[in-house]
Amino acid sequence: MNTIKNRVKQGKTVNLFLSGVGGQGVIIASNIITEVAMHAGFDVKKSEVHGMSQRGGSVTSQVRFGKKVFSPLIKKGSVDVLLAFEQLESIRFIENLKPEGAVIFNDLQIIPLTVYSMNIKYPNNIEELCKKITPHVFSVNATKAAEDLGNIRITNTIMLGTLSTFLEFDKELWEQVISERVPSKTIDLNKEAFAIGRSLVT
Amino acid sequence: MKVLLSGNEAIARGFYEAGGKFAAAYPGTPSTEILENMGQYEEIESQWSPNEKVALEIVAGAGLGGIRSLAAMKHVGLNVAADPLFSLSYQGVNAGVVVISADDPSMHSSQNEQDNRWLAKASKIPMLEPSDSCEAKEFVGHALSISEQFDTPVLIRMTTRINHSYSIVELKERKEVSQKPYERKVQKNVLVPVNAKKRRVVVEQRLQETEDYSNTTPLNFIEWGDKNLGIITSGVSYQYAREVFPKASILKLGFTFPLPKKKIKEFANAVQSLYIIEELDPFLEEQIAALGISCVGKEKIPRIGELNPEIIAQAFGVGKKSNTPTLPKELTLPPRPPVLCPGCSHRGIYYVFKKLKLTVPGDIGCYSLGALPPLESMETLLCMGAGFSYAYGMEKALSATHKGKIIGVLGDSTFFHSGIPPLLDIVYNQGKTKLCVLDNNITAMTGHQEHPGTGHSIHGKPSPKIDIEGLCKAIGINRVIVVDPYNIEETTEAIKKEMALDEPSVIIARGPCIIRERIKFNAPYVVDTKACIKCGMCHRVGCPAIEKDEDGKSHINPLLCIGCDVCRQVCKPGAIQKPNKKQ
Repeated sequence: MNTIKNRVKQGKTVNLFLSGVGGQGVIIASNIITEVAMHAGFDVKKSEVHGMSQRGGSVTSQVRFGKKVFSPLIKKGSVDVLLAFEQLESIRFIENLKPEGAVIFNDLQIIPLTVYSMNIKYPNNIEELCKKITPHVFSVNATKAAEDLGNIRITNTIMLGTLSTFLEFDKELWEQVISERVPSKTIDLNKEAFAIGRSLVT
Repeated sequence: MKVLLSGNEAIARGFYEAGGKFAAAYPGTPSTEILENMGQYEEIESQWSPNEKVALEIVAGAGLGGIRSLAAMKHVGLNVAADPLFSLSYQGVNAGVVVISADDPSMHSSQNEQDNRWLAKASKIPMLEPSDSCEAKEFVGHALSISEQFDTPVLIRMTTRINHSYSIVELKERKEVSQKPYERKVQKNVLVPVNAKKRRVVVEQRLQETEDYSNTTPLNFIEWGDKNLGIITSGVSYQYAREVFPKASILKLGFTFPLPKKKIKEFANAVQSLYIIEELDPFLEEQIAALGISCVGKEKIPRIGELNPEIIAQAFGVGKKSNTPTLPKELTLPPRPPVLCPGCSHRGIYYVFKKLKLTVPGDIGCYSLGALPPLESMETLLCMGAGFSYAYGMEKALSATHKGKIIGVLGDSTFFHSGIPPLLDIVYNQGKTKLCVLDNNITAMTGHQEHPGTGHSIHGKPSPKIDIEGLCKAIGINRVIVVDPYNIEETTEAIKKEMALDEPSVIIARGPCIIRERIKFNAPYVVDTKACIKCGMCHRVGCPAIEKDEDGKSHINPLLCIGCDVCRQVCKPGAIQKPNKKQ
């Protein structure tokens, strides 16, 4: 996605939208992105709504960075990259993308209760639906990769690894911020997960 | 040093830097993290109070005693604290006293959308409105100085989008402020009518003085641009206005009560057309229009819900509309609302209430989710404490049709917040009301804050644990029983028995908050697909771990199930089993 890297170089504001399900680590991931962008010298704003500690609800976070950022909220139709930690949560927010924006989704389905209580079908053609919006659709199997590493909670670091290939920040900077943000026992595991995430899209 | 802070973290930091010494709050989204973050500063003594009224009174007392103090709450919390606030305005302060109101436009996590800027006007105290984290931090120091200079409490009004957004903040050193001597000042501090009447005049004089201040303070500033278009705005709306109208002239208000009338008139005279961009009510607009200034605001901008750059651009017909392709119109996505966690201790009790066809006035907490399908048990939510009061009130009206069928519900933290006065009322006035405390030993929904019943302080240190059973008995409730909500049969029998009695009764349903205590009761349960008859009983408990496979038979997601056993107890054919009993 050279266009995004160019925007970064030109000092234009880059808009990232993260979505997922409560408990997946969406907020921690967005904290890390925000910190990386700040250390890279950008003005940054991040916005999310939290307060419900229950697991299982839809969670989003919006990150904006550039020369000078005013609004903490992204205007509809101007998201550069949508990073979705779950399939359904990708198409729920995909119309926020700018034309030709990119969506990276974790190839995981978490079935919401409303599928049973309201009898609404969980769409099984997520990738196809995404492609109706943009040609830049990247499906990654981050949860599977995390399971292979022996810790499903590392999914978010793998997703960050994948996202990092779309943005022009140094790998070392990512690793430094991640190391500061995760429990010290898991630093090496997180670095490994980040590297795996980087290799999931080419 | 530059760091990223949320608005809430910035308030805590600002209080630290400005020499703050005491802070109190009751948790409430979106304000909770203000006090949670105070804990990291040893110089500040911080505490959770049982409710906002108490928090503000203690903070006002500390200010009177001579130390800079702060109370934080969500917008509806300020209703609870309105009584001390309105009269503290008459008393004034000694050392600076700041009150934070965190409003929740769009009601992300609230029961109403009130605009608390009116409360500054109604209580006649100065108000500041930060527009990002950097201002949030700086404004605390300004508010404390203004409080001391004009002898008044000061309101800092924030909104969810300021409280919970992160931006870059430059940290500074703490400036120690020495304690002010306390003096006995009866005429000022004892608000009996003869004194209050004199203070009433002082309050009015102070309004004039603070308006003069508002006209000259750098908290209200003009960014000159194209003079054809002038905008007056405050709070997060400033950021949206700047984003949509990069070239406009903007009068950005940080000190929004009393308004800088002179400055507003000068600005209005210098621009061709004037827009007022503000979230929720026309607070600025009504006052500006009352000055005889022609302006456009709520005629174009919605009064309901949060603003964003898109809404503002559309309202004024500027900017491009998104030309991103859209999804097929016929596509309906299953929503993903918050749900009670797998294994939550509230699930069993609501299942029982529904089975017994009880009418359940409820309250505010995670357990409010008991109103949603499939549990669909709780049927009212008004404000903190009303779960109990409503039960008593409804009993007055419905004794003919609902005898033994009404049970009021609230959580442990809500019980301490405002559940005790309704109990006094019920005992005193000889009600027969049945009440239930859903006790998971923590303020759960706002992210697990301690309270008087948990046995721990805000810092997690041991503190006296107030006993709900003992308290209820001391008030005069003779029937106080404890049930295990994970045991459906026992809970059902116990509630049936209490409902039949002709006296008030408090049932405490006690179980842990499983995500806080990271509990896994058992290995994930399994479904014997041969035994599953697709009756759907297990889906009635509304557990996110229970899914359906392609044949319509139940399936338990092993990643989510913590083995709480509730679904096994409701499965009539016995298809749901503990894993070690699998055939």
